[in-house]
Amino acid sequence: MPTSEDFAAIWLTLKLATIVTFLLLLIGAPLAWWLARTQSWLKGPLGAVVALPLVLPPTVLGFYLLLAMGPHGPLGRLMAFFGVAPLPFTFAGLVVASLFYSLPFVVQPIQNAFEAMGDRPLEAAATLRASPLDAFFTVALPLARPGLVTAAILGFAHTVGEFGVVLMIGGAIPDKTRVVSVLIYDQVESMNYERAHWLAGGMLLFSFCVLLALYGRRRNGRYG
Amino acid sequence: MRRLHEFLAFCCLIVLTLAPLRAATASEITIAAASDLKFALQEIVSNFQAAHKGDKVDVIYGSSGKLQTQIREGAPFDIFFSADIAYARALRKDGFAATEPTPYAVGRIVLWSATRDAAKMRLEDLADPKIGKIAIANPAHAPYGRCAEQVLRAAGLWDKVKDKLVFGENISQATQYAETGAADVALTALSIALSKQVADRGGYSLIPETLHSRLEQAYVVTRQGADKALAKTFLDYLKTGQSQTIMIKFGFAPPGQAAR
Repeated sequence: MPTSEDFAAIWLTLKLATIVTFLLLLIGAPLAWWLARTQSWLKGPLGAVVALPLVLPPTVLGFYLLLAMGPHGPLGRLMAFFGVAPLPFTFAGLVVASLFYSLPFVVQPIQNAFEAMGDRPLEAAATLRASPLDAFFTVALPLARPGLVTAAILGFAHTVGEFGVVLMIGGAIPDKTRVVSVLIYDQVESMNYERAHWLAGGMLLFSFCVLLALYGRRRNGRYG
Repeated sequence: MRRLHEFLAFCCLIVLTLAPLRAATASEITIAAASDLKFALQEIVSNFQAAHKGDKVDVIYGSSGKLQTQIREGAPFDIFFSADIAYARALRKDGFAATEPTPYAVGRIVLWSATRDAAKMRLEDLADPKIGKIAIANPAHAPYGRCAEQVLRAAGLWDKVKDKLVFGENISQATQYAETGAADVALTALSIALSKQVADRGGYSLIPETLHSRLEQAYVVTRQGADKALAKTFLDYLKTGQSQTIMIKFGFAPPGQAAR
């Protein structure tokens, strides 16, 4: 049977994934909009930076985040300057790390949706005297809805599945940074296979359902 | 189609001719070792390799609990150096080891910090609000983590510092948390505090052995390593004066002797 320890980890994981998904949609939509429409030479480099977590091992990300967020790192110094506690081993630290980690999973589907839409809806909006900002909210975003949904699902699921980064900067603190993937790891290392099964099996089922929802939906989705 | 067959046959031929050649020349063993041994064993293995050219000794480091789990699941390790004799005994009891557990050293635990002089610190200082995070290895599967927990409980500090603890996957990671400054102090292995990687970064203070159960470290040869001559050669080499000097240099007391 799942224990209170398990439920605490599940709750923490869901909380993390929800917050991260919400923040990423806020950051990701304008970023994707810019990437989809810009002619700037910065498009290439910035697009590459966004996509980095797709190819980087989580250990690389975890390592640099640990250095950057530690008291001697640039981010750590900045935090100290504002009198905020350093980020490693905190829930806020996991949120920041996950923002980097899940960024491409949110930005890319939205960017694809914006690009697939083309210029014509916006030109039409402009002839009806909609300001660019107005057009973004009333025309572009609704048209990109399938892309936004895909982005939210992928961002959420990917954050739930995060392991390497939290292992490196999290410190496995119950109720603060010990997410499901880390708890599973601890149970397996301690040979509590039965307890590992509850969580690992649940995770498997969850991931399958997420992908089923995604691909089941995609058959009809236009800008997915 | 015909050419593909010829090509595949050619590949098979090459593999078949080269395979025995490789097996005949190279003698290889893989060792699984507790993280506290990292620096000592690195030195011993590199000496051994210098004297046994052509043979190959690979070492994989991790927490003792993790490594013994991997051995049970069929990991290709020939010798297992545990930081806790209990893990070696359990493997022997369940039929995964070819030899009885052999003690090779007694480990010690220290207070170490990269940002302050831990040599002047006492355990009670850990409760001081000025000390932030305290890194220890995960007590669930790392012997040094279990001992760190015993120490904190025995010193009556556990409840006071519980909320400041962070858990490394093994003793190396716990030390690394403190080394990057992310944690203020670490309860780590003496052997790591004495390594040149961290020795010049703030001091350490030895924790009295009375506060934790004896960290008796032992090795076993696994079933896979049972017939390997190189495994035996290496273990004999470990008993030489040269190797023992290295172990002592890294703060390991010889088994059966009081630790320093």
